[in-house]
Amino acid sequence: MPTATKQLDELIGREYRHGFYTTLETDTVPRGLNEDIIRMISARKNEPEFMLEWRLRAYHHWLTMAEPQWANVHHPAIDYQDISYYSAPKSEKGGPRSLSEIDPALLRTYEKLGIPLKEQEVLAGVAVDAVFDSVSVATTFKEKLAELGIIFCSFSEAVQQHPELVKQYLGSVVPYTDNFFATLNSAVFSDGSFCYIPPGVRCPMELSTYFRINAKNTGQFERTLIIADRDAYVSYLEGCTAPMRDENQLHAAVVELVALENAQIKYATVQNWYPGDKEGRGGIYNFVTKRGECRGANSHISWTQVETGSAITWKYPSVVLLGDNSVGEFYSVALTNHYQQADTGTKMTHVGRNTSSTVLSKGISAGHGQNTYRGQIKVLAGAENARNYTQCDSLLLGDQCSAHTMPYIEVKNPSARVEHEASTSRIGEDQLFYCTQRGIAPEEAVSMIVNGFCKAVFQNLPMEFAVEAQKLLGVSLEGGTG
Amino acid sequence: MLSVKNLHASVDGKEILRGIDLEVGAGEVHAIMGPNGSGKSTLAQILAGREGYQVTAGTVRYLEQDLLMMAPEERARAGVFLAFQYPVEIPGVSNALFLKTGLNSIRKQRGLPELDAMDFLQLLRDKMKLLGMDDTLLQRAVNEGFSGGEKKRNEILQLAVLEPKLAILDETDSGLDIDALKLVADGVNGMRNPERAIVLVTHYQRLLNYIVPDQVHVLSQGRIVRSGGAELALELEQHGYAAIEDQGAAHASA
Repeated sequence: MPTATKQLDELIGREYRHGFYTTLETDTVPRGLNEDIIRMISARKNEPEFMLEWRLRAYHHWLTMAEPQWANVHHPAIDYQDISYYSAPKSEKGGPRSLSEIDPALLRTYEKLGIPLKEQEVLAGVAVDAVFDSVSVATTFKEKLAELGIIFCSFSEAVQQHPELVKQYLGSVVPYTDNFFATLNSAVFSDGSFCYIPPGVRCPMELSTYFRINAKNTGQFERTLIIADRDAYVSYLEGCTAPMRDENQLHAAVVELVALENAQIKYATVQNWYPGDKEGRGGIYNFVTKRGECRGANSHISWTQVETGSAITWKYPSVVLLGDNSVGEFYSVALTNHYQQADTGTKMTHVGRNTSSTVLSKGISAGHGQNTYRGQIKVLAGAENARNYTQCDSLLLGDQCSAHTMPYIEVKNPSARVEHEASTSRIGEDQLFYCTQRGIAPEEAVSMIVNGFCKAVFQNLPMEFAVEAQKLLGVSLEGGTG
Repeated sequence: MLSVKNLHASVDGKEILRGIDLEVGAGEVHAIMGPNGSGKSTLAQILAGREGYQVTAGTVRYLEQDLLMMAPEERARAGVFLAFQYPVEIPGVSNALFLKTGLNSIRKQRGLPELDAMDFLQLLRDKMKLLGMDDTLLQRAVNEGFSGGEKKRNEILQLAVLEPKLAILDETDSGLDIDALKLVADGVNGMRNPERAIVLVTHYQRLLNYIVPDQVHVLSQGRIVRSGGAELALELEQHGYAAIEDQGAAHASA
């Protein structure tokens, strides 16, 4: 092996830093999936009848579906009867009213992850709705937001407190029949976040959620629903990390965004689930359905994602551009190292007139990582003057990894303008030598080059998230050279 | 400062350097000249620590250290600088960040405090003014979209900021028009001092009109076939490499 390649291999060989898990007493339902389990989940959450009915419809539909095979990912068959579909920390039963009521072991877990809730509450001005396994354990800043009429709470709470909003919007973007994993989620989802911004309100802070998988053999099925009413604005951040496991864990989340007239939603994700070890053992299967609907005229939805974790990522945050002049954006950095596989991209569906979309995807493959961009641009017959610009760049580190680009373009209106650009490059020995000749350590050089490659995407992240994302890329690539 | 003894090196089994001997003292400027393929760029690359060359015999001492045992970044931090013949583009990384990271790595090694963004920018602006460079080069990505002349001047800017002890300039004059050449030469001349050694690798005598060397070495087929003062470069200009190579061959076989 050439020395430069060996060096890169060492650099990217570093072990996962968040590999620990917390011992908590949990309330877990037996493994397996059937009507009784779904009734049990719904009953534990004290849900109204319409929720149970919706879950059961989804379950019966799911029974008729087969797992999709089209993605460019490979994994052993998942036994859906061997998964426990609900797990909640026991302390949840009392209902924590403040951070002091929260299990200290749980808080320590977050601290190790660098998410000190207390500090965030005081210093950062970020409202955090922390999801630990399936149940939301802390929601901060809620009262402050409530003064503005903003609802930001766990999904379970929304079902209890605002059933009319849930009933109106749940499944309106991602119906329970949508796809295998979304349908499974609709049947069994345990919690997630809910956010509603009333007309004319600009949410004054970044809303943030951290997800973390902890209990063994527990699939995690969150559901997030964000509604920006007329002239409203919200920026939402989602961050994920998970502790080390030998078993693979299934994560099938659904996120629905609704933007009404003149509303804007920015949704940013930093996903750092456990990616599996160097040999590809363990790691999260991240099969997620994320879709936004620009329902009103002049509405605007943008997705920004930094995906560095999971053994397998299967995810296409999409925008349906219904309203005239609406705008959809997708900015993505996906990094695969070791034996990670990512099949990710977006779907922009132009329905309204003068709609426009921008797609910027940066894929980084290292080790034996496999990275596929899959994107679909669809311009329907009524979408006069639709515009799309897509750029997909791939960066390869080492010679064992691969990158694929699969753009699908479907245009039914002759006034549409759709552009696609793609490039693939390799971190050259040239670039590395140029940096080291200026005194820069090799691992710092790789991190700098990769961050430079991703710059155009990071620019779309809120400041503090951009810094975190840069560090995360560095950590994900660094090797045991120290 | 730099002592190269009987250096042999090959690439993919092909011998490029066949016994180089070179002594460069502090404060001296040496020019290494030779036709294409004579091995002069290979020598520059090996001194800077580039991968892909096999040193098969000989030694290189730099400030009492075995240079060949040091990683490229260690050499840089110890004061070895190479101005690249083909400066590399690094998209998305600003020129300022790149240089600041390099400078601070070097300062750290020397036990100096790292410069913060403000002090660094001030330093950079001062150096750029000296070189007649445009401020906008700072925020542009490293060498991306730079013209040939801008790339070469950027190398000289890095030289000026990093203040190495041993500067090796690999064909820095190639592709420059006369005005750019003068600017580059002024920059290099401004760097001459009793503590610093400079090695100019060049094909043409032209650069040496502006940077007058203490010694000139002619490289041919991996060996130094002649060494002399600045006047040797003029001789080359008049008679071409062929004449000197012939002499060298005659000398070697004698």
